[in-house]
Amino acid sequence: MRIPTIKTMGTWLASLAVVLAVGVSSLAIADGGAKSAKEKAMLEGVKGDKCVMPTEDMRRNHMKYLKHHRDETMHQGIRTTQFSLKGCVECHASPKNNSVIGTNDNFCQGCHAYAAVKLDCFECHSTKPKANAAFHPIAGQAPGLAADMRKDMAAAPQTNAAGAAQ
Amino acid sequence: MSEQEKQTTIENEGRRGFVAAGVAAAAGLAIAPGVTLLDVAHARPADQPASSKNRWGLLIDSTKCKTGCNDCVNACFTENAIKQGDKETDSQWIRKVELKDLRTGHTASLPMMCQHCAHPPCVDVCPTGASFKRADGIVLVDRHICIGCRYCMMACPYKARSFVHEELHDQNPDVPRGMGCVEACTLCVHKIDRGDGTTACAQACKEGAILFGDLNDPESEISKRLATYASTEVRADLRLDTGVRYQGI
Ligand code: SF4
Repeated sequence: MRIPTIKTMGTWLASLAVVLAVGVSSLAIADGGAKSAKEKAMLEGVKGDKCVMPTEDMRRNHMKYLKHHRDETMHQGIRTTQFSLKGCVECHASPKNNSVIGTNDNFCQGCHAYAAVKLDCFECHSTKPKANAAFHPIAGQAPGLAADMRKDMAAAPQTNAAGAAQ
Repeated sequence: MSEQEKQTTIENEGRRGFVAAGVAAAAGLAIAPGVTLLDVAHARPADQPASSKNRWGLLIDSTKCKTGCNDCVNACFTENAIKQGDKETDSQWIRKVELKDLRTGHTASLPMMCQHCAHPPCVDVCPTGASFKRADGIVLVDRHICIGCRYCMMACPYKARSFVHEELHDQNPDVPRGMGCVEACTLCVHKIDRGDGTTACAQACKEGAILFGDLNDPESEISKRLATYASTEVRADLRLDTGVRYQGI
């Protein structure tokens, strides 16, 4: 086998990057572009017209935002809604099964199955929005978390993003 | 968020957290120079961290607690979406204990849960840092870090912690729980953070045997009661400085 030189390594890496980029963009739900049936199914029932950050950013960085927020919430009790997992579920639960997982048409599971990335969140976190959760007979309706999230992000999108992206 | 933006948010939003912030601003009026009256139980805005200015605790009056009553336990199950099974290994965040003085025959009934120690042994022994004490004195398990070794269960003098042995479904969105981690009473931290100012067990007790409050605030009802009446820490000999104290035992 030929020992790869720096140059051939470079070319190899470049082509790998191209392959990866193509892979990601084929999944990408291009804003304004044609959506596949699967993409439409995954986005069905999404509340509101935009996410808490631009779609491209969320696609790449949602895990960082969630992790940053999770540590702040868990250890310090900071409970802003912009990057709250509860908020993801609130907006993205499918109208079919009221959940973000269950089938590959569900928002979280669909993309994670495609990207072959294990999704651990929902081993502990509820997959259903609070308002419709049937476990708590006396619980009132959750006060519009989705609306809160959009207001939160209108109030402070930059500070949170800068903090979380590091 | 700048001060002005924050103000606008408060005005524009009907949400509880920010309304609470508004209330706090109103309640925080100075009553004398350097003295402010701050109703902290309802005060913390969502973007503010828990603070060591507060120390949340419970005062349990076992003279009011009724033998055979299980209301606080059931309320805990409901609030935290804990399925009540009949297995010995099922999670139990709060349980009823009956005490009997064998010499006099005097009996007492009381609920027992995580005592939210100031010096928690579970935190001492945890090898991963998953067991921790929040600034406001609430002892919690970070399930993202817990490896399920159960050292903390062995270390706890109150047997307050449970291990989740099986897969769970239908969790309360406010109370994530899952297989493979240790868990215990969170002092209804999700309720405290949203400003409810009480716990599910305290709310459920018809006898008023459970009082929730801020041990650091001398003006809180719990502090006043503690200052007036004798109370005990369970296993006071361990000097853990528990956040849960008992009367009448
Ligand atoms: S079971 Fe989890 S919380 Fe308890 S000591 Fe082990 S790692 Fe820490």
